[in-house]
Amino acid sequence: MKLDSKEPTGPIEQRWTKHKFEMKLVNPANKRKYKVIVVGTGLAGGSAAATLAELGYQVDSFCFQDSPRRAHSIAAQGGINAAKNYRNDGDSVFRLFYDTVKGGEWRSRESNVYRLAEVSVNIIDQCVAQGVPFAREYGGLLDNRSFGGSQVSRTFYARGQTGQQLLIGAYQALERQIGAGTVKMHTRHEMLELVLVNGQAKGIITRDLVNGQIESWAADAVVLASGGYGNAFFLSTNAKGCNVTAGFRAYKKGAGFANPCFTQIHPTCIPVSGDYQSKLTLMSESLRNDGRVWVPKTAGDTRPVAQIPESERDYILERKYPSYGNLAPRDIASRAAKEACDAAKGVGPGGRGVYLDFSDSIKRLGKDKIAERYGNLFDMYNTITGENPYEKPMRIYPAVHYTMGGLWVDYNLMSTIPGLHVIGEANFSEHGANRLGASALMQGLADGYFILPYTIGNYLAQQKPLKDLGISTDSPEFKEAHTAVVTKQNKLLGIKGKRSVDSFHKELGLLMWEKCGMARNAKGLTELLTQIPALRDEFWKNVSVPGTGADLNVSLEKAGRVADFLEFGELMARDALTRDESCGGHFREEHQDEEGECVRNDEQYMHVSVWEHVEGQAPVLNKEPLKFEYVHPAKRSYK
Amino acid sequence: MSNEKLMKLKLHVWRQPNATTAGAMKEHVADNVDPHMSFLEMLDVVNDKLSEKGEEPIAFDHDCREGICGSCSMVINGVPHGGHAGVTACQLHMRHFKDGDEVYIEPWRAKAFPVLKDLVVDRSAFDRIIAAGGFIGVSTGGTPDANNLLIPKRDADAAFEAAACIGCGACVAACKNASAMLFVAAKVSHLNHMPQGQPERYERATSMVAQMEKEGFGNCSNLSQCEAVCPKEISVRTIADLNRDVIAAAIKGH
Repeated sequence: MKLDSKEPTGPIEQRWTKHKFEMKLVNPANKRKYKVIVVGTGLAGGSAAATLAELGYQVDSFCFQDSPRRAHSIAAQGGINAAKNYRNDGDSVFRLFYDTVKGGEWRSRESNVYRLAEVSVNIIDQCVAQGVPFAREYGGLLDNRSFGGSQVSRTFYARGQTGQQLLIGAYQALERQIGAGTVKMHTRHEMLELVLVNGQAKGIITRDLVNGQIESWAADAVVLASGGYGNAFFLSTNAKGCNVTAGFRAYKKGAGFANPCFTQIHPTCIPVSGDYQSKLTLMSESLRNDGRVWVPKTAGDTRPVAQIPESERDYILERKYPSYGNLAPRDIASRAAKEACDAAKGVGPGGRGVYLDFSDSIKRLGKDKIAERYGNLFDMYNTITGENPYEKPMRIYPAVHYTMGGLWVDYNLMSTIPGLHVIGEANFSEHGANRLGASALMQGLADGYFILPYTIGNYLAQQKPLKDLGISTDSPEFKEAHTAVVTKQNKLLGIKGKRSVDSFHKELGLLMWEKCGMARNAKGLTELLTQIPALRDEFWKNVSVPGTGADLNVSLEKAGRVADFLEFGELMARDALTRDESCGGHFREEHQDEEGECVRNDEQYMHVSVWEHVEGQAPVLNKEPLKFEYVHPAKRSYK
Repeated sequence: MSNEKLMKLKLHVWRQPNATTAGAMKEHVADNVDPHMSFLEMLDVVNDKLSEKGEEPIAFDHDCREGICGSCSMVINGVPHGGHAGVTACQLHMRHFKDGDEVYIEPWRAKAFPVLKDLVVDRSAFDRIIAAGGFIGVSTGGTPDANNLLIPKRDADAAFEAAACIGCGACVAACKNASAMLFVAAKVSHLNHMPQGQPERYERATSMVAQMEKEGFGNCSNLSQCEAVCPKEISVRTIADLNRDVIAAAIKGH
């Protein structure tokens, strides 16, 4: 596998400008001769589909939900970063770039990260023009707040519903194009296979989730914006439908998969309440602006909050990280909570929780101010737990939230398969080993509005349109992929076993959480490499998928996704075992200092691990070395 | 995990194989229901049992399970989302039920939302209403600096309140006329409260209302059932905003 990052050279602040000029363009009159498939309608996919259509391309957009507005970007709460420096507090493009590279523990590509910081300012302008109702000050200017891993206030927000408002903006832009006939929208369609013709991505196979029809779609280029794979853990903050299938199908067709072990555990989620738990609910990181994280100083202390005097409380983040305090980055805050619970200082049922306490802020600012900032989050907590966070501290515990790994892409956001572009959470790109808060929305929209629409033109300009190439859905490659999808589906339906799909998914999730979750070690990961294949074998012998393929069949949908997770989980474990160092979200217990902080190994692991599928054999590891000219690797300290 | 007493409920669920076959209410038993479960987790447990027996599980739309994606859509004991203020079905918890309760679960019922299977309905009419004008007509790029536009906090907040709509369709399901007025009004009110929304203000209101009528939604009788069930508590004042813009559009000749 050849990994050419195609990074431009020269001064970093000029690279994107220079690259934009050097890329080939498609003449406006020729754009309509090219069709682009976009899979997924979240912030990345929705904004890309709308923008490509505005430019004049024909776009086919697909989502498995009943409407493009329901993609999981909608659930992002806290905010979106941009280097506007509206607060006059010393922010700049370079500082956002610096914070992101450092936050990711020097495991991302500098040129990509700089470009992300550079276009961040355009995103806010674009969203305001679309009518996104960001929070404002009384004077009418935009408001900002702080987020973890940063010492400036650069996060734009719309109460606790920033993702929703940004997605609705992109969705409306998309619907505008659908109304104009430039985007053909296919809702309740799930991509089940990627089609290559002469080694290039030229189409996909989908299942219509309502009538079960398996359909073929041809295009000049394919864009995957299919999100992350956090549901490999079963319990995560992801929506129930989030899955790795689109990305994993591409991997099996030859796209390199980068850093699958880089998963982010979010520190502030509502703790698990029972075995029936179907998902975990995030409480926005923005809460840590005004909430203080603490546990009782004494192990096994089960007294109610009111009976624990101030002197017997341990404000773990403020004590361990005085300069960042409660705004320490996510991986660090998560591990601090785990460490406290492992030491039997956890609170709530089962002892897997820490307090997030707002009583000081309520005293200082008043209940109304807190309600204005976080009202909907407090209500949500109350609805789920039956407890009132204005009176009693919240209980929180870390949960799987985001995946930094994804399909490998070059500077043009193109995977190792020519024509297959990957954007948003689905690619590996900018966040390295740990993503900073409010940066996922930024990356999704940067890719979709401002990066892919340029770079995909460079690819298309060098391609003849499908018609001239004689490629259509009647080509043998499409027939073959279509047959493979039908065969696999029939196989799942024919097993007629005794165990539900969910029971397998839960079992896989538990294995992943215990051995490839917040802390990992060689022993556990090695065990996973035999446990996952064994579970997979049982799945293919004993899963129950009732109903038929010619119908709306939720069991069949889930079975296909879980079948892929059962293969993908193994790849995650393999990557985690191979990366014999600790960095960001990847914490190998063997590599920690006396205070329990990550110990990186830059000499051996300053690279992107890119896995290549080989049929019938173990995957092959390829490496893209990383070099840092501007942000020099150092110990990542937030003390 | 909890010590509270587990419950047993009798469910009456609308089961319909597909859009063209007639459906009927069917009984299911939900056993060992923990009060901390969400309503959908209770259905998951019922479905798991059905799957083990090789029977088709109850189909229902759901995704984020945190009350923001707007997927979940079921009428619980006669009320869309179950009747707790500001709560979607996925956020409804079983602590609001008691042992031995009978629970009736039905899909949204409206001509413009045909049933696809069991509790799953087709809400694509909402997307077409947005495509008819529920946007600001700007393309990507070339926009002015965000802070060049001053928006009084009061207007920004009013726009936000309306923009909180999740497009679930509970408003339609609750309305005896199956009207989509609250949905349309929320979008018109969001965009028309902001300076960016002014250039297309009147065309937006008229074309969205025209599309709403074309989709087969009924008219508004001002009974405010929609507001009562809206999980985002969108105010019927937005309908007043919409009516004002529609009347103004007629006067201005849009």
